[in-house]
Amino acid sequence: MNNAVAQPQTIVVLGGTSDIGQAIVAELVSPALRTVVLAVRQPDDVDTDTLADTLHSGDAEIVVVPFDATAPETHADVVADIVTRVGDLDVVIQAFGQLGTAALSDPVEAAALAQVNYVGAVSSGLAVADQLRRQGHGTLVVLSSVAGFRTRGSNFVYGSTKAGQDGFATGLGHSLAGTGARVMTVRPGFVRSSMTTGMAEAPFSADPADVAAAVAAGLRRKRSVVWVPGILRVVMGLLRFAPDVVWRRLDR
Amino acid sequence: MRSTRRELSGWGRTSPSVADVFDVAADELTADLLAGFGNDRGAIARGLGRAYGDSAQNAGGSVVRLAPGPILLDPSAGTVRVGAGVSLDELMRHVVPRGWFVPVTPGTRFVTVGGAIASDIHGKNHHADGSFGEHVDSFTLLTADGDRRVVTPHDEADLWWATIGGMGLTGVVIEATVRLLPIETSRCIVDTERVPNLDSLLERMESGDHRYRYSVAWVDLVASGSNMGRSVLTRGDHASLAELSDHDPSAVDDPLAFGPPSLVAVPPGLPNLLSKPAVRAFNELWYRKAPRSHRGIESITGFFHPLDMIGDWNRLYGRPGFLQYQFVVPFGAVDTLRSIVNTVSASGHASFLAVLKRLGPDSGGMLSFPTPGWTLTLDLPAAAPGLDGLLAELDRRVLDVGGRHYLAKDATTTPEVIRAGYPRLDEFLAVRRRVDPNGVWASDQARRLHLL
Repeated sequence: MNNAVAQPQTIVVLGGTSDIGQAIVAELVSPALRTVVLAVRQPDDVDTDTLADTLHSGDAEIVVVPFDATAPETHADVVADIVTRVGDLDVVIQAFGQLGTAALSDPVEAAALAQVNYVGAVSSGLAVADQLRRQGHGTLVVLSSVAGFRTRGSNFVYGSTKAGQDGFATGLGHSLAGTGARVMTVRPGFVRSSMTTGMAEAPFSADPADVAAAVAAGLRRKRSVVWVPGILRVVMGLLRFAPDVVWRRLDR
Repeated sequence: MRSTRRELSGWGRTSPSVADVFDVAADELTADLLAGFGNDRGAIARGLGRAYGDSAQNAGGSVVRLAPGPILLDPSAGTVRVGAGVSLDELMRHVVPRGWFVPVTPGTRFVTVGGAIASDIHGKNHHADGSFGEHVDSFTLLTADGDRRVVTPHDEADLWWATIGGMGLTGVVIEATVRLLPIETSRCIVDTERVPNLDSLLERMESGDHRYRYSVAWVDLVASGSNMGRSVLTRGDHASLAELSDHDPSAVDDPLAFGPPSLVAVPPGLPNLLSKPAVRAFNELWYRKAPRSHRGIESITGFFHPLDMIGDWNRLYGRPGFLQYQFVVPFGAVDTLRSIVNTVSASGHASFLAVLKRLGPDSGGMLSFPTPGWTLTLDLPAAAPGLDGLLAELDRRVLDVGGRHYLAKDATTTPEVIRAGYPRLDEFLAVRRRVDPNGVWASDQARRLHLL
């Protein structure tokens, strides 16, 4: 159960190796926090002692469980197993995702990217939502992207998977109204993380810690959508209506 | 049995959750209904939802709201047999015109008798009269096995003292017999003093509280520097007929008149209006308008329940809600009290008027809050950045001197903080395991603070 200042007792990160996911956990660490569950593809590769340092997670227990975003048939069981181990889920962060730079022309690569970023988000999102609905409280935090708000020629496959994930998340949030469960969709711009290492920075870029701070503030204020940085809400609100020729020029 | 699935939150509106809400009359509370709660998340009784945090909500489970029930006054015994769903408002409207007053009232009339027992509430007279539970002769409790037990402090002492202040976790109180206070008039005679700072306030309360039945101070926690802790101290008692005719001869015609007004209601959907400048301006105005020193007659509402005149005032904090932080520290821990006032005052958080009160002896409830010492209560907007760190620091200072936090207000503490503040927690848990081995009664707060 979150307390009145939106400090969770239990956090689950789907895609537990994500820089942003871990930054959010570090931001949400408090005396109230009891358990952090990192759901990752390769549990054996995770060293919980090092993680406890990275996350500054103090006395909270760190639990690592296997999770494969591309195996939707396992997602309900993964969630059920986590609940059996740690009880109610207060905050679940959907943090997995790939950039798939090779996916612009390769149909197989593109389909694989869609499997992770969109299909995996749908199946795991539904599995989490079912649990949150049953327990009558809890927030699913979905890491979307501005790239999905208006897709660009330079990364349209990634952008389209994020558009799908974003549409799913906001719609799921509407469908959960009145159940006690909530969805918070997070739309960062360019984030300097291991996923984007070596790429040229776009305007309005942010660090994982910025995303984490915005997520924590969004949880306190019970927001349904959070932009990082906040100014992107205005910028993208205007750019959404830019003529195509202007939009393409901005895409360098 | 019909139920509706609804979102519930406490008065602070901070941590809503959804449960199946059963609105029942006392005779509908049966073993069958208990079986019908039917999932592993249990049930909790809810009164009027004035506890600030998550104590009367039960995410994913059931919540029972008891219809008001009867009010049977026995003037010869000076007691009333009253349904647990009856509010102190309804009770006062019944008994005040007949010359009686409730033994203890909190800052609002909109709490139920059941809630008053479950939270073992206190009022401005705690230093003189103790908590609500000390004025209850007996109650009927629906326990997890479906039994209705009539409990008194003599024949089932441990169940009694686990239920008084037990936050509804031993069962549902259905009705209670409560001892009342005889009154000659429905007015109070009140001494009001403006006090320039915290030290003189503490001194005045220490030296003079014993002369009054009711005493409380409102402290301005936004003021800093030499004004830090400036306050308005109000102390009084029920006015006798003679006192009423001295001060307000026109009121003597109908000395027990009681018709509390409700002036305005706050509409939903407002943003947080209690920002720092607004709170600062209000606190300033409120201090300036208070008389330096004055004796006068006040109504029950004006003296005990001023905020009841503004319906749904909790909406003034907007969607993120607010929390009320209340703790008690022993009388000897004045330095800690002073340091906390200093810290809050310097923190930049917009604390609306805080309330300072001296508490008397324990009631004996295992989880009852009142214990001898200073209790300070402050309201804070929940979404303010940095609030979590401030509260964790205050928690630490309160525990360091052997203080504790009030469960009916709590919305942020941890299992460790509660365990440290309530040395009889294990005794409570043992009673609970005996009367509710399968965990029929549960609340969000109980899960959060490991009270199960």
